[in-house]
Amino acid sequence: MARFILTRSRQGALSLIGLVLLVFVLARLTGSPALLYLPEDASPERVAAFNRENGFDQPLYLQLLDYVGGILRLDFGDSLLYGDSALGVVLGRFPATLQLAFFTMLIVVTLAVVAGASSAARRGSVRDTATRVTSMTALSVPDFWVALMGIAFFAVYLDLLPTSGIGGWEFWVLPLLTLTLRPTGILTQVVRTAMIEALDSDYVRVARSKGVGPHAVVYKHALRNAAIPVLTMAGILAAQVVNGALVVETVFGWPGIGNLMVTAIRGRDFAVIQAVVLVTGAAIVVMNLLIDVAYSRLNPQIRLSA
Amino acid sequence: MTLLNRDHRRRGTEAEADWPPVSLRAASGAEPVRQAHGLWRKVGYQLRRDALGGAAAGWLVLLVLAAAVGPAFLGDMAREPALQLRFLPPLSTEHGWEYVLGSDALGRGYLARLVVAARTTLLIALVAVLVALAVGSIIGTVSGFLRGRLDTVVMRVADVMLAFPSLLLALIVLYTLGTGLVPLILVLALARIAMYSRVARAETLAVRERVYIRASRAFGSGSARIVLTQIIPVIANPLVALATLEFAMVMLAESALSFLGLGVHEPDITWGGLIAEGRNYLESAWWVALFPGLALTLTAVATNVLAELVRKAAESE
Repeated sequence: MARFILTRSRQGALSLIGLVLLVFVLARLTGSPALLYLPEDASPERVAAFNRENGFDQPLYLQLLDYVGGILRLDFGDSLLYGDSALGVVLGRFPATLQLAFFTMLIVVTLAVVAGASSAARRGSVRDTATRVTSMTALSVPDFWVALMGIAFFAVYLDLLPTSGIGGWEFWVLPLLTLTLRPTGILTQVVRTAMIEALDSDYVRVARSKGVGPHAVVYKHALRNAAIPVLTMAGILAAQVVNGALVVETVFGWPGIGNLMVTAIRGRDFAVIQAVVLVTGAAIVVMNLLIDVAYSRLNPQIRLSA
Repeated sequence: MTLLNRDHRRRGTEAEADWPPVSLRAASGAEPVRQAHGLWRKVGYQLRRDALGGAAAGWLVLLVLAAAVGPAFLGDMAREPALQLRFLPPLSTEHGWEYVLGSDALGRGYLARLVVAARTTLLIALVAVLVALAVGSIIGTVSGFLRGRLDTVVMRVADVMLAFPSLLLALIVLYTLGTGLVPLILVLALARIAMYSRVARAETLAVRERVYIRASRAFGSGSARIVLTQIIPVIANPLVALATLEFAMVMLAESALSFLGLGVHEPDITWGGLIAEGRNYLESAWWVALFPGLALTLTAVATNVLAELVRKAAESE
């Protein structure tokens, strides 16, 4: 176990390093911040001074070395826009996104397991067909459009919910509705497929012939064995929710990292762009590791080898 | 993805069944090989049995026809402003059937706008999927066939690309290159290449040690010939299935980018761009945002239904 975690952490660190390099170069390709932060008629001396102050006059590899050295001391550089430490800015915004992602995934997993399992238990029934069509539609809907239609109907026409911002429970309804749709559709289909396979297996037939009730067969015997692919997909979806909150956060003015990211790219705030990618990347690596460990808990036959 | 990786290789065959001869096959323990042709015949068979699939195919045929010939008739109407007719609500027929879906902020018939946007939307998604499919398959197949250091490097790069949030990559690249048709297609394709190369590599690894490949090499075939004529046709099914599944995803990704203002420029329009326009008129003209979203959803559902049929056909014998 310890060795597994060690190897996987090393692999994770390796892809994080690749990520840092990529973002570092890509961010600098977007152009010089000096053009954005200084007045248009700024003298060349002022531009040079600005670049010197922020280290942009150095050759790229020196900037990179400096940056990597900083990361090792947990110094991610300073934000140009906010004048604060980039890590502080990102960590300040991270909880809003994480809360949103947590509740999204809670709803997604609950709905998908109930809908997918009951659909698989009665294959070919009206409910099964309805579930399949609904989940197919849910995963095909553009989320930002649902967000707009939700605003138009619930906020503008019915005047029930706020259009954007953060506050009481009523601010959560539309963002959660928007974010849960696509993952729920995808996960329901995965649950259904996995459950059909599990319900067709020998041990389920044995359990049935022993006289185990239909509920216990579906939710105790089959569901536990169908859990592995479901968990894999849930992990992928959770990462996508954290990343894809970008559009939803923009529409609803949610003060999370998606919103921060768009502002940072528009403002050529390199330190913040890099910090966002690193922090989310690290979070995803840790989550994948936890999922791998959970596999072996769910099914002791799975040995952890890297 | 996980859905696609089932082991469809083990199952039977039709085209390659008579070679190698049964006795040789039994002696070598070789698995029979399946080929890609016949896939479309199977999809056609499934279509005739499945009402939902038929409806999906019907909508797509209608849409492609409209996108192909529609702009020739409706193109002017989609471009020319008619300010006295702005914001006609849907079903206002007093100005002609062209206004059956209402008009936009500049009085342009919305049906015409939707049809013209359909062409751009479909073309962008199609080209992006094809580019990613072609480049990804070749990279994956070559890397899986040659193995060695090249393979390790390619797969590490693919790991990084898959870990990188694709919307973010798109944002950064589009801010750098500037927006427009070509950068948009490039960005959409770039984010998807890693996935195809993963699948192509895994399939190649399973195929490359088969007897017919070894025999071909013994007869003196070069690597390029083996990859192009003996591996790619055999591993095409799962790749085609993945590509059909990806079409809707790419279309939705394009619309999200257009919504963020990183899409194509006027006079080119896409459904995502139309939704973004409608955002400003949510209170007064709901249909401007509603219709392009509906069209997008219907098309995505239809392609996803078809993708499931293709996947089933690719997995069955």
